[in-house]
Amino acid sequence: MNNISTFIKKEFLHVFRDRKTLLMLFGLPIVQIILFGFALTNEIKNAKIVVCDYAKDAASQQIIGKLQASQQFEIQNVLLSHNQIEAAFKNGEIKMAIVFPANFNNDLLHQNKAQVQLITDASDPNTATTISGYATQILMDYQNELMQLQNLPYQIHTEMRMIYNPELKAAVNFVPGVMSLILLLVCVLMTSVAIVKEKEIGTMEILLVSPFNPFLVIVSKAVPYLALSLINLTVILLLSVFVLGMPINGSVLLLYAVSTLFIITALSLGLLISNSTASQQAAMLISLMGMLVPSILFTGFMFPLENMPYPLQLVSHIIPAKWYYIIVKSIMVKGLGFSAIWKETLILLGMTLVLLVVNIKKFKIRLT
Amino acid sequence: MDTVIHTVNLTKRFGDFIAANEITFDVYQGEIFGFLGANGAGKTTAMRMLCGLSTPSSGTATIAGFDIYKETEKIKKNIGYMSQKFSLYEDLTVLENIRFIGGIYGLSDKQIKEKSGQLVETLGMKGEAKKMVGALPLGWKQKLAFSVAILHEPKIVFLDEPTGGVDPVTRRQFWDLIYEAAGNGITVFVTTHYMDEAEYCNRISMMVDGEIKALDTPAKLKQQYSAISMDEVFYELARGAKRSE
Amino acid sequence: MKDVFLNNISKTYHKGMVQAVNDVTFHVSKGELFGLIGPDGAGKTSIFRILTTLLLPDGGTASVNGFDVVKDYEAIRKNVGYMPGKFSLYQDLSVQENLNFFATIFHTSIEENYDLIKDIYIQLEPFKDRRAGKLSGGMKQKLALCCALIHRPTVLFLDEPTTGVDVVSRKEFWDMLKRLKQQGITILVSTPYMDEAMLCERIALIQNGRIMSIDKPKNIIEQFPEDLFAVKSDTMGNLLHDLKNTEIIKSCNAFGAYHHVTFNHDDPEMKEKLIRILEEKKHMNIELKPITPTIEDCFIKLMEN
Repeated sequence: MNNISTFIKKEFLHVFRDRKTLLMLFGLPIVQIILFGFALTNEIKNAKIVVCDYAKDAASQQIIGKLQASQQFEIQNVLLSHNQIEAAFKNGEIKMAIVFPANFNNDLLHQNKAQVQLITDASDPNTATTISGYATQILMDYQNELMQLQNLPYQIHTEMRMIYNPELKAAVNFVPGVMSLILLLVCVLMTSVAIVKEKEIGTMEILLVSPFNPFLVIVSKAVPYLALSLINLTVILLLSVFVLGMPINGSVLLLYAVSTLFIITALSLGLLISNSTASQQAAMLISLMGMLVPSILFTGFMFPLENMPYPLQLVSHIIPAKWYYIIVKSIMVKGLGFSAIWKETLILLGMTLVLLVVNIKKFKIRLT
Repeated sequence: MDTVIHTVNLTKRFGDFIAANEITFDVYQGEIFGFLGANGAGKTTAMRMLCGLSTPSSGTATIAGFDIYKETEKIKKNIGYMSQKFSLYEDLTVLENIRFIGGIYGLSDKQIKEKSGQLVETLGMKGEAKKMVGALPLGWKQKLAFSVAILHEPKIVFLDEPTGGVDPVTRRQFWDLIYEAAGNGITVFVTTHYMDEAEYCNRISMMVDGEIKALDTPAKLKQQYSAISMDEVFYELARGAKRSE
Repeated sequence: MKDVFLNNISKTYHKGMVQAVNDVTFHVSKGELFGLIGPDGAGKTSIFRILTTLLLPDGGTASVNGFDVVKDYEAIRKNVGYMPGKFSLYQDLSVQENLNFFATIFHTSIEENYDLIKDIYIQLEPFKDRRAGKLSGGMKQKLALCCALIHRPTVLFLDEPTTGVDVVSRKEFWDMLKRLKQQGITILVSTPYMDEAMLCERIALIQNGRIMSIDKPKNIIEQFPEDLFAVKSDTMGNLLHDLKNTEIIKSCNAFGAYHHVTFNHDDPEMKEKLIRILEEKKHMNIELKPITPTIEDCFIKLMEN
C-alpha cells in the first residue's frame, strides 16, 4: 500500500507543479459559471410577439392583457388571420405567435378544456423553448386564478410544459451542464494526457519493468483527478448557491455520490483513450472531439434534445453526460430523491462497468 | 582564399547565461570545418546564429557575404542545413522529398527533374526512388538528406551530427559525399561526436564553456597538446569544462 | 552460471514487413559486462525490450535469471534494472523525489542500497533538490543510472547510455560501469560507438537484426583474417582515392588520421610495392605501418561478408 500512496503523492506533485494547467483547471469552472450565469443568460425580456385572436372573448382578452403586462413580452400586433403569421415571422421581428381558437372562452367554461396554439421560431431553439415557457407560465397563472375563483378544473392546453423551472432561470440549465462538462474535461482529458505523457517521456517503460502492478500505475494516476474533480464540483456548487442564488433542493450527499460515480465513468473513458493513443496530441484531440463536443451537443443543456431528429436522440443515449445531467437536474432543481433517479444511475453504473471491463481487457502489460 | 564565414566577437546571452562568448573565427571556401565541443558548450547556439535562426546579442558576422543581422533571408538562400534529427519527410517518397525541397529553394521543374535523376543515380537509389523515406535504412536516409541539403548548390552546408548512430561503412560513404561536396567548392561546417571524423576535417574548432578554446588543423592540434589522437586533444580541452548542457 | 539466455529469438514489426531481430542466440554469464555493438536500427533496442519483458518475441525463447521472458515476466520485473535509450525520468520532480519514487516502486529505500549507488550519488547530492529537467546531460544520465540501480538488480540493461554524450562524460560513465561490475551485477549495455567495445568483457557485433560475431573483443580482433596496415600521406583525400584504385589493395577505409588497408595477398613484399606505387603518384611523406585491427575494422570486415 505504501507503493500506491507514493505513486499518488507523485501524481499530486505533477499536478501542482504544472501551474498553468492547474490555473486552467480551477479557473475554467469559475469563468464558465459566471459566463453562463450572467453574460450568456437566456432569460428574455420584451420578446416581440403577435396575437391572432379568433375568439375575441373575455378569456382571450384577459390573457392578452396579462401577456401585455408581463415584462417578457411585447405584443407587436393583433392579427386577423393565420395567413399573416407567417409573414410576420418572415419579417424576422417576432419571436412567437399565440393563436386563440374561436369559442375559446366557451370551451373553457363548458368543456373545462380549451386549446391555445403557441408558434415559435425554432431556428433558435433555446429562445423558442424559453419564451414558449414564459407564455405557458402566464397561461397557467390564468388557469389557476380561474380555478380558485370558480373551484372548477379548467384546463388550457398548450404544447409546452416547464413546470419545474417556474422562472426559467438560466442557471438551472447551465449549472448541471457546466458540472458535467468540467468533470468530463478534467477526468477524460487530463487523465488521458497524463498517462500518455508517461509513454511519451519513456517513464512508462521503466514502470512496466518494475514489480509495480501496471494496472495500479493507471489507477493511481486517476486518483488526483478524482480529488481535483470533487474540489471543482464543490466550487461550482458554492458558486451556484451563493453567486447565482440557485439552491440545492435535494440531498447534497446523494449529489456527491452520483457525481463520484460520473467521475469514475469519465476516468474510465480517459483510461480507454490513453490506452489506445501514443501521443499527448492524439489523446487531447480524441478527448476533445470524441468526448467533449458530443457531450456539449447531446447532453441537452445547450441544444434541446427534443428538437433533434430521432437518430440523433438515439445517439444521445450513449453519452454518459446526458444521464448525469438528468440526475443533477432532478436532485438540484426538483429536489428528488434516489427513487426518482435510480434508472439513470443504473445506466451510468452499467456504462462504467462496461468501460472498466474493456479497459482491463485492453490493458497492455507490454509495449506494442 | 575566399572567406565564407567571418565572425568577430559573436556573443549570445540568455539572461545572465552567456551561451556563446565572443566567438571569432573565419571559415574559407571549400573547407571542411569541424565544429567540436562538449555537451552544452554552446555549439547549437553558435550554429543557430550562423544559420540566421537566432539573432546574436552582440558582435558581427557575415555568412556567405551577407550580414547576420540584416540579411538573414539571403543567408538562408545560400546555405544548406541537415541534422541528425530533422532530415526528410518520412511519409513522402524519395522523389517527392527532392521535389519539395527543390521547390522551396525556387528551382525550376526542369532543374528539379534533372537533379533528382542525377541524385538518385549517384546514390545508387534508383530502385528506391518511389519508396517512402521512412522505409529506408538510417544510413541511406542520411546520405539522401545530405544530397538534398546541397541540392540548391549552397555556398555553405551546416551538418549537425550527421552520422550519429550510422554503421561504420555508411559513415565512410557519407564522408565520401562530404569530400565530393567540398571538392565542388561547397564549404562544409560539421559537428560530430566521432573523433576519427574530426581527423577528416581541414580545420577544427573546440568549444568549451561558450568559448572557442582551440582552432587549428588536426595535426597541429595534436602537436600542440602532444596527443596521439584527436580523442586525447578533446579530452584534454573538455575535461576542464565547468558547464554541460 | 548464466544469467541471460536467448535462443533463436526473432522479432518483426509492421506485420512481418520489418525484421528487427533475426534468429539471435547468445547468453551472458553472471557478473559479466556484455556489450551489444551495432548501428541504429540493428535491433539492439528490440533485444533489450524482449529481455526486459516489454515486447513479446515472434519466435524463440529467452530467459533472465532462469525466468522465461513471456511466462514469468512478473519475476523478471522484480529483479532487473533497465535504463531506456532516451532520458526517462520525471523532469518536474527533483533528483531526490525521482530517486525516492523509484525506490518505493521497487519496494526498497535509498538507505537500503546506498552502498551500491554511493559513488554516483555523491556527485548528484549537491543538486538533490534541483528538478531533473534542469540537470546537465551528464547529471541526468547519472540520475537515471541511480534510479535503475536503486533496487540492487541482478541484471542491469543499459540501452545506448552514451549516445549523444561527449567523450568526457562517456569516459566517466564507463568508469562507473566498471565499478558496478565489481559489485557482481550482470550488465548488458548497447552502444553504437565501436571504440566502447574494448571496455566490455564480451561483445556481440550486430547488424540488421543478426549477430555477426560474439566473443571477447580481443578474440574478435585476433580473428581478423588479414594483416592490417595504416597508411598516411600529406594529401589524405587523394590517397584514399588512389588506394581504392590500386590493384594489390583488397580493402581500404578511412580511419581518422590514417587509412587502413589490407592486401590481396599477405606477402611481405606488398609493403614496398605499395610505397613505390604511391611515390609514383607523387604522394609526399608516406607512412605505412602494420597495426592491430580495431573493433571497427572487424565490424566493417564482417559487414562485407
